Amino acid sequence: MQFGILINEGPYNHQASDSAYLFARTAIEKGHKVPRVFFYHDGVNNSTNKSEPPQDDRNVTQRWSKLAEEHGIDLVVCVAAALRRGIKDDILAPGFRISGLGQLVEMGIQYDRLVTFGD
Amino acid sequence: MSDMDMDDGSGVVKKFMFLNRKAPHGTVYALEGLEVVLITAAFDQDVSLVFTDDGVYQLMKGMDTKGIEVKDFSKTYRALEGYDIEKLYVDSTSLKARGLTEEDLIVDVTVLSDDEMKNLMAEQDVVISF
Repeated sequence: MQFGILINEGPYNHQASDSAYLFARTAIEKGHKVPRVFFYHDGVNNSTNKSEPPQDDRNVTQRWSKLAEEHGIDLVVCVAAALRRGIKDDILAPGFRISGLGQLVEMGIQYDRLVTFGD
Repeated sequence: MSDMDMDDGSGVVKKFMFLNRKAPHGTVYALEGLEVVLITAAFDQDVSLVFTDDGVYQLMKGMDTKGIEVKDFSKTYRALEGYDIEKLYVDSTSLKARGLTEEDLIVDVTVLSDDEMKNLMAEQDVVISF
């Protein structure tokens, strides 16, 4: 099955991105596909290479980058939500790209399931 | 009529339901959620909008945001018809719990019981909740 994932909350403050990551990793392990993850609202804050959590904590952004590289996941950050929050191309972590909301709608149209993580 | 017509090339039309659960102000969900609704309509999808829980406040008449110095986007709900978004549903229980009736809302809506709402949700291909 193909899963699209929508993340609506930023890292650390909220568990949404962690839960989405665990969901995506597990779905892939079980043989499903996660072609794209879309970051919206404060979820766009998951995408920057500026985040430096303490060493004994998980690095939310880096593990998305790693999962994306290993499994060819398209990490898409909403342009309007990103600009509002000061996120631009030059501070994106590896694997992330900025694009429009059409990329979210496409997931709904093309994939078997669209799963939202947020409040 | 929409500002832009988009197409993912597949010609597939799915039933998209947008579940608005939050008050219009206090968080950004309602404002940014509306953007997704408009884009989905531009992709010629079958769009339904549901207002439930504090989301019913998004449609309240007499909105005035001057005091909190944020944009009043309630006009957008009136413009939805122009984007061919005509399926607006409000949860009856949420409305009653807040002492509101259809008369308090700025647009024409269909008020649904819990059972009717459950059935409508079951018909959808995609449910996005803000």
